[in-house]
Amino acid sequence: MMKTGAEILCECLIKEGVEVIFGFPGGVLLPLYDTLPRYPELRHILVRHEQGAAHAADAYARVTGKIGVCLATSGPGATNLVTGIANAYLDCVPLLAITGQVPTNFIGKDAFQEIDITGITIPITKFNNLVTDVEDLAMLIKEAVHVALTGKPGPVLLDIPRDVFLGKTEFIYPDKIDLPGFKPKLFGHPSQIKKAADLVNTAERPVIIAGHGVNISSAHVELKELAEKSQVPVVTTFLGIGCFPESHVLSYGWLGMHGMGYANKAVHSSDLVIAIGMRFDDRATGLVASFAPNAQIVHIDVDPAEIGKNLPVDVPIVGDVKNVLQVLNKQIVKREHIAWLSQVDEWRAMHPATEVREHEGVLPQYIIRQIYEATRGDAIIVTGVGQAQMWAAQYFFYDKPNSFVSSGGLGTMGFELPGAIGVKVGAPNETVWCIAGDGGFQMTIQELATMVQEDLDINIAVFNNGYLGMVRQWQELIYNKRYFGTQLYNPDFVKIAEAYGIKGVRVTKKIDVRPAIEKSMAHKGPFLIEFVVEPEENVYPFVPPGKMLVEFLELPNHATSLKK
Amino acid sequence: MIRKHILIALVQDRPGVLNRIASTIRRRNFNIDSIAVGSIEVPHLSRMTIVVEGDDAKVEQVRKQLDKIIEVIRISDITNDNPVAREMAMIKVKASASTRSEIIQITDIFRGNIVDVSPDSLIIVVTGNQDKIETLIELLRGFGIRELSRTGTIALPRGGAGPLTIEEDKPLRHVVEHIPAEEEELPNW
Repeated sequence: MMKTGAEILCECLIKEGVEVIFGFPGGVLLPLYDTLPRYPELRHILVRHEQGAAHAADAYARVTGKIGVCLATSGPGATNLVTGIANAYLDCVPLLAITGQVPTNFIGKDAFQEIDITGITIPITKFNNLVTDVEDLAMLIKEAVHVALTGKPGPVLLDIPRDVFLGKTEFIYPDKIDLPGFKPKLFGHPSQIKKAADLVNTAERPVIIAGHGVNISSAHVELKELAEKSQVPVVTTFLGIGCFPESHVLSYGWLGMHGMGYANKAVHSSDLVIAIGMRFDDRATGLVASFAPNAQIVHIDVDPAEIGKNLPVDVPIVGDVKNVLQVLNKQIVKREHIAWLSQVDEWRAMHPATEVREHEGVLPQYIIRQIYEATRGDAIIVTGVGQAQMWAAQYFFYDKPNSFVSSGGLGTMGFELPGAIGVKVGAPNETVWCIAGDGGFQMTIQELATMVQEDLDINIAVFNNGYLGMVRQWQELIYNKRYFGTQLYNPDFVKIAEAYGIKGVRVTKKIDVRPAIEKSMAHKGPFLIEFVVEPEENVYPFVPPGKMLVEFLELPNHATSLKK
Repeated sequence: MIRKHILIALVQDRPGVLNRIASTIRRRNFNIDSIAVGSIEVPHLSRMTIVVEGDDAKVEQVRKQLDKIIEVIRISDITNDNPVAREMAMIKVKASASTRSEIIQITDIFRGNIVDVSPDSLIIVVTGNQDKIETLIELLRGFGIRELSRTGTIALPRGGAGPLTIEEDKPLRHVVEHIPAEEEELPNW
């Protein structure tokens, strides 16, 4: 049957299981927007800025495991997606970005709203293509979705000119793909896995570093089996949070710049690091030359280019984490590491990192802990980047996979609000908390309107400390307190919420924290709490840049200031 | 060790391939010494020879990144395989009646060909490895080089099947049957 490009796009998306599109229309997209209403299976969510569309689709993909789809018009619409695509690229999130383009006969003539978006996004997509002929459209969509979801996931982009949306062709949905250059290695090499098993079976002070790859590959059960059978302490990376239950006796938090001191010490003192689905990011390793100096390293990752990129490894295993762990688990023996585990427990007692100290004012850490208690940990926390992100990671305990959604690799301020939209749309039955700083919140504040329009039940906590807190912290600790460019003049956030039609309260006293949280959760629809928090509170522990993981700074007297 | 590496790649003829490859190399902070592209015996495929200078481990990292480009079917670093590597240069040299015969003699020594003669210049075509071509250029510099055009290195590994050999019994096609995504239940501990 003859169909237009716009119809083919809609039908292909439906066949690929897409249910939601986060989009923003524009001139060249009009043929598509004229077609979309005929496909009610595709829910279109109108954002207020294309960056929000990309972030929402990204967060949607993280909680559903499906591909997230965002849609923008040519020119500025397309360039506004760039931050969101880059965010998905660095955090390995399957994202399909669809951009409109000027008609093919205008391409290359600097036409109105023409920009070379495929050229712009080459370094931040796994695959992108300008569709020049409606005949190619179905196959390119099929290829793009396959590439985005297969191997190490990532964003893909299709740039579709206006005349391709209007062009007609016989629609045949392809059921096969021929991409000779795309053959991700999904199964680890048996002899490498054997070598890894030998190391696991003989190590005295092993530690597992579990990363985002465990979540992506749904290898939670396999990871738990490995840890329990071999009695290995599990430390996660920042994006790995939730891939191993933090309430588990073998869970020792997460490592890195603001990770738990005991996690950093465990990794540093280990004789075997089993790195699973992680990439030795500089925020995780500290000074890389001194990372786990006495350890042999087993590195399991689906991307061969990650092996040996940041540090040399002893046993590389290229393959999908789940597949590799299934084979590995059969070859490991039951072990005990009583002395080693009690050593790590001792470090945990010495360096408390997740206890809230006694304090009269409103501490952001206290708020996060209250949210944890009010939700009984059964919530999805969404953050952007900065101090609020770190406190949310430290003071909430994550037992469920994908319950912490955060901008890791790119560190994007402004991810939190549209991210929360994507999470709520993808997981409508979950309690969603958006934890925002006053800086990041204002980067994508306009998405409040999207929340109201879609009537999304999202709890928004804005930490108002009047500073770009993380940068201020660095200015305090590394630049001798020379604060510059970090002080914020803030609007009245509750009034802003009200103007958008969102109920809100301001909390300035510790005693009002919990009631406000309860009120927000009892309320149906979006609710905003502005917490006026201690202005110069710092995130600890803190490994200053260029230092080893064990050279972390702690809050002075933290251990003694805790409530006995 | 920093040295010149020869990478050879088999790529699909799709728009933007060269752009993607160049962009990936640039992003990892390498300079491309030369890049030569041409079609091969199989339709819709091209072969690239890329020469980059760098540390062995870093070049291997770039090679892996290049291998991730969807259009790159295979890519191999053949520096250690003692490959046959050649390039071609066309050199337009100033030549008067008094210098012409000397230039021709030098060209003969390097087994070059004179392909164009005009009253005040000659065009010499020479093929060989990079050292040979550079030596000839140095020798001719004294006469005055008017224009110079080089192809960049192309290379083939010696012996039987090389890393890019397309064997008849092993087709390049990598067909993926459509498998619908399975719904996976996440554990709730």
